[in-house]
Amino acid sequence: MDVPTKSATEAVSRIILTINGQPREFALDPRTSLLDALREHLHLTGTKKGCDHGQCGACTVLIGGRRVNSCLTLAVMHDHDDVVTIEGLSASGDLHPLQAAFIERDAFQCGYCTPGQICSAVGMLSEVKAGWPSHVTADVSSGQITLSDAEIRERMSGNICRCAAYPNIVAAIRDVAGAVSE
Amino acid sequence: MKPFTYERITDPLAAAAAVSRAGAKFISGGTNLLDLMKLEIEQPTHLVDISQLPLKQIEDLPDGSIRIGAQAANSEVAADPRVRARYPVLSEALLSGASGQLRNKASVGGNLMQRTRCSYFYDTAAACNKRTPQMGCAALRGINRIHAILGASDACIATHPSDMAVAMSALEAQIELLEPNQSTRRLAIDDFYSDPGSAPDIETVLRPGEMITAVILPPPPPGRQRYRKVRDRASYEFALVSVAVIVATDGGTITTARVSFGAVAHKPWRSIDAETALMGRLATLNTYQAAADAAMRNATGRGHNDFKVELAKRTLCRTLADAAQMSTGRQ
Repeated sequence: MDVPTKSATEAVSRIILTINGQPREFALDPRTSLLDALREHLHLTGTKKGCDHGQCGACTVLIGGRRVNSCLTLAVMHDHDDVVTIEGLSASGDLHPLQAAFIERDAFQCGYCTPGQICSAVGMLSEVKAGWPSHVTADVSSGQITLSDAEIRERMSGNICRCAAYPNIVAAIRDVAGAVSE
Repeated sequence: MKPFTYERITDPLAAAAAVSRAGAKFISGGTNLLDLMKLEIEQPTHLVDISQLPLKQIEDLPDGSIRIGAQAANSEVAADPRVRARYPVLSEALLSGASGQLRNKASVGGNLMQRTRCSYFYDTAAACNKRTPQMGCAALRGINRIHAILGASDACIATHPSDMAVAMSALEAQIELLEPNQSTRRLAIDDFYSDPGSAPDIETVLRPGEMITAVILPPPPPGRQRYRKVRDRASYEFALVSVAVIVATDGGTITTARVSFGAVAHKPWRSIDAETALMGRLATLNTYQAAADAAMRNATGRGHNDFKVELAKRTLCRTLADAAQMSTGRQ
């Protein structure tokens, strides 16, 4: 039988997370969400706290390349995982194509949901590339996905924008995806 | 959130011992449990992280079944080519639930175990027999628009919120459990959930220390599969009513029928009555209406949710018509 990797009696959990390519050590109360670990411990405040209940998507980050709500997962559950935040998308100094497209298309008003929208769109586009269907895909058994505006809206429904910049968010994503508008 | 200790296990055989501590709970994706812990509706004092167990595989079995590991993410199951080709109703159901982010995190086992979204269960100032036994039920005389019309009791009218489980019910899924004595047992999904009765805090027949290790889907029956979800928003919303159907026709006569409803009861609601009313009959609207009436014969509204009885009937008729048309179109 494998030995548990974490002692059950440890009050403070010591973990390592790779954040935007850099290994970072943490000593955390096990209750700490990944979101709070990023914002309060690393001061990476690009990732936003909206509802803190997985309903708004403002806290979206990429773990192992997959988009997730960082508010609804514990940092201790991601020991040794690779996390990419909005700060990591332009680490080279150049804006990520989605960041540039959001500016070009004016895809925000207050901007609070924007980091989550962009991280979510990065994850979403790789899901499309992998051929994942969505709720609006006419035939889920087909491997071909055409990224129509309806597909973009459905796939981005986990990211709420209270300023309702949705038309421009869809346009920005469409620009980067190279998809045809319906 | 109340304090807790945390441990990660990497061997399924360690699960029962780890969770035997007082106040211990399994955690997997955490998308439901952590939400409830923040609200202090759930207050585990020890979390056993089972998300890294080697139970993520989706594999074909020799008898033509498919075995879906309990730790597979909802999104991976929905996107699996075998599931999409042979069990499209399951893909459709999964894709109609939650958001892309949540589906990436939520596990199959966790989806089965998720708690109701009854607003009184979530409101710690309100009476709820499910949250606090013998406290009473505020939903009975409250705003019960989203509540159950079948299988409920005077102690609880909460619904099970899963879409995935509704499709699994129509597919006659078996749930594989690892027992504390390290043997396994299988349960039909329809036998997995407990009726609310007078103890709605007990939601499943899981025994102490048992863990879900897989869901097994038998070879699919012939016919077209369809999941339809009716809700207040077009996306990212729980169902008011949903239905999973499988229909095959031969020369206009129905030769296979499976019907399960979601959001109408404390569990996915398989309707054998509807299936009986469909089998051997002509695939016409009259037949669908007879099946819908049979399915809802014992349905009871509680006021605000009275509309669900008619909505469930219409949703079934529309979905059967879609599936039968597709079935005919293929032949």
